[in-house]
Amino acid sequence: MIDVAQLLIFATPVALAALGETLYERSGQINIGLEGMMIAGAYAAMVVALPTGNPWMGLGAGMLVGLILMLLQGFFTLRLAKDQVVTGTAINLLALGLTGTLFRAQFGQSGQLLSLAKLPKLVGGLDWVTLLTILLVPILAWVIRRTAWGLAMRASGEYPVAAEAAGLSVLRLRLGASIVAGLFAGLAGAYLALGVAGSFAEGMTAGRGFVAIAMVTFGRWRPGWVFLASLLVGYAETLQYAFQVRGTAVPHQFFIALPYVLALAVLVLVGRGGRAPGALGQPYRRSR
Amino acid sequence: MRLAGLALGRGAVIAFGLMGILVLTLAAFRLPIGDSLRLITQGAFGSEVGIARTLVKSTPLMLAGLGIVVAWRAGMFNIGGEGQFVLGALTGATLFRLAPHVPPVVLNPLILVASVLGGAVYAGLAGWLQVRRGVSVVISTILLNFIAIQMLDWAVAGPLQQAKGQLPMTERLPEAAMLLRFNRQTDLHSGVILAWIAAGLVFVFLYLTRRGFQLRLVGENPSAARVAGLAVGARQVGAMALSGGLCGLAGGVEYTALAGQLGTGFAQQWGFLAIPVALLGGLHPLGVIPSATIFGALFAGSENLARFTPTGSTLVYVIQAAAVLGYLLLNELRERRAKLAEGAA
Repeated sequence: MIDVAQLLIFATPVALAALGETLYERSGQINIGLEGMMIAGAYAAMVVALPTGNPWMGLGAGMLVGLILMLLQGFFTLRLAKDQVVTGTAINLLALGLTGTLFRAQFGQSGQLLSLAKLPKLVGGLDWVTLLTILLVPILAWVIRRTAWGLAMRASGEYPVAAEAAGLSVLRLRLGASIVAGLFAGLAGAYLALGVAGSFAEGMTAGRGFVAIAMVTFGRWRPGWVFLASLLVGYAETLQYAFQVRGTAVPHQFFIALPYVLALAVLVLVGRGGRAPGALGQPYRRSR
Repeated sequence: MRLAGLALGRGAVIAFGLMGILVLTLAAFRLPIGDSLRLITQGAFGSEVGIARTLVKSTPLMLAGLGIVVAWRAGMFNIGGEGQFVLGALTGATLFRLAPHVPPVVLNPLILVASVLGGAVYAGLAGWLQVRRGVSVVISTILLNFIAIQMLDWAVAGPLQQAKGQLPMTERLPEAAMLLRFNRQTDLHSGVILAWIAAGLVFVFLYLTRRGFQLRLVGENPSAARVAGLAVGARQVGAMALSGGLCGLAGGVEYTALAGQLGTGFAQQWGFLAIPVALLGGLHPLGVIPSATIFGALFAGSENLARFTPTGSTLVYVIQAAAVLGYLLLNELRERRAKLAEGAA
């Protein structure tokens, strides 16, 4: 039997990060630094929640730190129009390095096992963040598809020169998407620490940021499908735990790899007919 | 002469920049700067053992860094060095499993060739997917990284697991099938020389052959390359295969020089860390040599530092990140100055 609540909780960090990344990619940017923003969010959440015992303040701290890292990234990718993959790689290393080093300085070489106050549960074992995540799916879809801001965002992702010619500011639009994506990434990491693990460990995101990027592609840049793709990751994670207890004929690594294999297969099948934003990953420099 | 002066000047700027970043990082973490610098220097160069460790740590960075250079210069953002590293070693270990009784003298080169092929096929697949199916290499190599790591986890606990013992580990290579070690006190192995030779070969290929020139042209200006009659797609797939081959070789060298067997923790992030190494080497094969050596030294030095302070290799990540961002800023300043000079003329 599938434990739906557990599945949703496991899926929430990837889903949140992937939803933010959806908007970010729709505006024409790719966030290779997502992994780093998540681990920084998780660390900030731990630093605040541990002494205060207040998980809400932890979530807030996580979002703030996610935003700060995103603004640092934006300084390079938007202001200086530097390559997004290069900048994102540096942001990842920065966040992994800072959190790892600070954590060791505070808690010693091996890192003791921390126990954080988890978020209170509501109906059916869910909490506010999982509910918020589910609620965000239709809201984000509506914003992207139906609002003027969403339309402008898509224009900046598909054909920035035309968007600029139509009187829109591509840089301002991309900054807007960055702010949302940074907050989401920080919240995703904070929730991983406070909602899923109830603890913090060095490198605890374990690739979830990269998974989120992959799931955006898997979900064809549409919030609903991206959310479903994230659920698949959550499902694979619950299976992994179940199998470690029971053991099965099929190796559990197969289930962990399944979302990636499926994502790749979908990409291969859909190929060029996909809906990847036309200007994805290209720095935008305003011509003077 | 002027070129040499320019290179020296640039090297000096980077060296001073890195030193500054190192000191600032130590200060930011409230580590005693003098003592920490002494410990890092000691660990990296202080003794024969230290120097050997620096060279050994720089080897996977150099080989995989060269791989990144080749792909990125062709305009293919290969960030799957990690997966190709793993798959290379895995292919080598599979060969050993299938043919354990091959004479050791032949076995070692065979394993290295298998590693190159494994990495090349894996990266070539990503290149092919972009060229033929429009799947961005950035995305596909991320996915392939995860798949490779799961394949490793599965293989070392399944088909490749050693016969005796419960640990998820492959069979250990016989000593004679390992890469040559120079003495008993240190880990210094012949793979170090292999990496330097590879850097020279990649330089010759990229800058002195027609193929290499075409590869760079494809990266810098694909439409010009197309007009010139080059099969751009085929060159891109080829560049990915070569890139993956080098990353796979890095895995094969790590396998046959140090570990001698594969386990779940084999990857150690070398494939990721090679990206900043390649960038700070100016995406130039000869630039990768000092870049990989510097970071090899920092990793070796930080190990020594970790013995006396609660730090670790994560400290080097911060330095790498700051160096890449500083490098981007430096480039920006240079571009602006060039533009100003242009305007004045």
